[in-house]
Amino acid sequence: MLQTIITGLGIGSIYALMAVGYCLVFSILTFSNFAHGAIIMLGAYWGFLFCSILGLPFIVSLIFTAIITGIISILNERLAYRSLRERRAPSLYLMITAMGVSIMLENLVYSTIGSNFYSYPKVFAKDYIEIFHSTIGVIDVYSFIFSIVCITLLHLFLSYTKNGIAIRAGVTDPIAVSLMGANFNNLIRNVFFLSGIFAGIAGVFMGLRYMVYPQMGWITNKAYIAAVIGGLGSLPGAIIGGLLLGIVETIVSVYISSVIRDVFSFSFLILVLLIKPLGLLGKKLEEKV
Amino acid sequence: MEYVKTILIVASINVIAVIGMTIFTGFTGLFSLGHAAFMAIGAYGAGILTYFYHVPFLLAILFGSVLAGLVSLIIGYPLIKGKLGSDYLAIALLGFGEAVRVILENLKITQGARGLPGIRICSTLPILIGAIIISILVARNLINSKYGRRFIAIREDSVAAEMLGVPLFKTKYFSFFISALYCGLSGGLFAHYFGFIQPAMFTMEQSTQILASVVCGGVGSITGPIIATYIFVAIPEVFRFAKLWRLVFYGGALVLTMIFRSSGLMGYQEITFYRFFNKYNRFNNKIRTKLLKCLSNKGKHL
Repeated sequence: MLQTIITGLGIGSIYALMAVGYCLVFSILTFSNFAHGAIIMLGAYWGFLFCSILGLPFIVSLIFTAIITGIISILNERLAYRSLRERRAPSLYLMITAMGVSIMLENLVYSTIGSNFYSYPKVFAKDYIEIFHSTIGVIDVYSFIFSIVCITLLHLFLSYTKNGIAIRAGVTDPIAVSLMGANFNNLIRNVFFLSGIFAGIAGVFMGLRYMVYPQMGWITNKAYIAAVIGGLGSLPGAIIGGLLLGIVETIVSVYISSVIRDVFSFSFLILVLLIKPLGLLGKKLEEKV
Repeated sequence: MEYVKTILIVASINVIAVIGMTIFTGFTGLFSLGHAAFMAIGAYGAGILTYFYHVPFLLAILFGSVLAGLVSLIIGYPLIKGKLGSDYLAIALLGFGEAVRVILENLKITQGARGLPGIRICSTLPILIGAIIISILVARNLINSKYGRRFIAIREDSVAAEMLGVPLFKTKYFSFFISALYCGLSGGLFAHYFGFIQPAMFTMEQSTQILASVVCGGVGSITGPIIATYIFVAIPEVFRFAKLWRLVFYGGALVLTMIFRSSGLMGYQEITFYRFFNKYNRFNNKIRTKLLKCLSNKGKHL
């Protein structure tokens, strides 16, 4: 049981890392950035390049990957979303654009790198450790600790730095923030950089846990579901949603059947939405007449 | 020629699903990432009838369509009653779509992931054209009816519409039902054209393509999405020489349309014969006046 819960927490923390990226963008622009999955996939490839082909240490390659995906994410915003944003297009248009970007990036990888599966080299000395008579995967522990560290850092950044406070203010009222002298475009750029960093880290951990292949962005749908369960646009919600989904999935696949795992997580999503239409911690957006 | 005909047929099958989605997304303003599931239900409903029970083709596709409609009534009731926000509705339907796919993979009568091979091939081009014409006529009449005006009212401002007495739940529910009927019909035709269906054919990508055609074609137009569908089916085929790169072009085309023509190809307008002739007449008049001007100017010079 302990083993199941720890595995669940390990998977859940990766979901949480990915969900945080979705949330950051949703909270400020109120659209679902479906290109995030493709950027996570690119992160996994970059991590593979640094870690396996160039043979850099794990932490160094993680940092490099995070910076590169951050830049890709900024470019994505600049090239695809900015003009739409400036015309105040409805969020549906941004969402479709994001899907286009995601299709494009995925197939770009297909046509340049190919559809081969790659696996990361062994990063940790041991695969399993034994605690209280149950074997626990080292990667689960690492990903759990690492994601907690990352999310705490993000929380500190948002709470105590000037840029972070500007971002939080932008979430509450974009127009007032730009009237107060904050450059809204720079603010958005920072948000996309942050979400790109999280995409890179999540991508590397995903690659470590599974494999690296062009369609791995599909798994990020799960992260999106986690974000929706927690309430889109709420950071604590994303973390709770991610961990909850990870544990529920692991328990279902261990004790019931791994075939119905996905059906279960989707029906879990629908169930949560029926009881709380805005997710567990979603902010109430009242329609103004 | 056979090749072009195949592309045309594939596009035409998609068009029917797109018309359904136009009613749901374009006119009612709700959107979904799971309508491929209704195509799957229609395809399997019709396919199983003709494959195992040798039911006549037309009856079978009608059954598939009605089955998809019934499923939409079941899943739509809690989702639309729950007043989910637009993004939440889309993601809940995405979840529904994936769940349907996994269920189809594990049912006995659908033969799991192997799919149903060797369904009778009945969807010919004349049948498809007939189906499209009927679909367009029904959709057009629906949009111009009392119900259609209610759809548009909800899209423009749901609060104001509710205050004017438009029953929100009933109208959205009805729009969802109609769109599922269309998608089911499209799925039935799909099954009887390819003769082979498997759950992996009805993924989120299919749903995305339907939604993308509607949005790129113009939200609030029926003809726009139809044209967009043909373009989107044609782009990967035209760029077939580019092999793997063609889907990159497809994604790029999607992004570029949204950036440069974000109200879609047609915006809120329709291509109608009336408009066409009107334009033609105006064009004629323009040329005539220009010619006359030229002639009279020449006269002055002389």
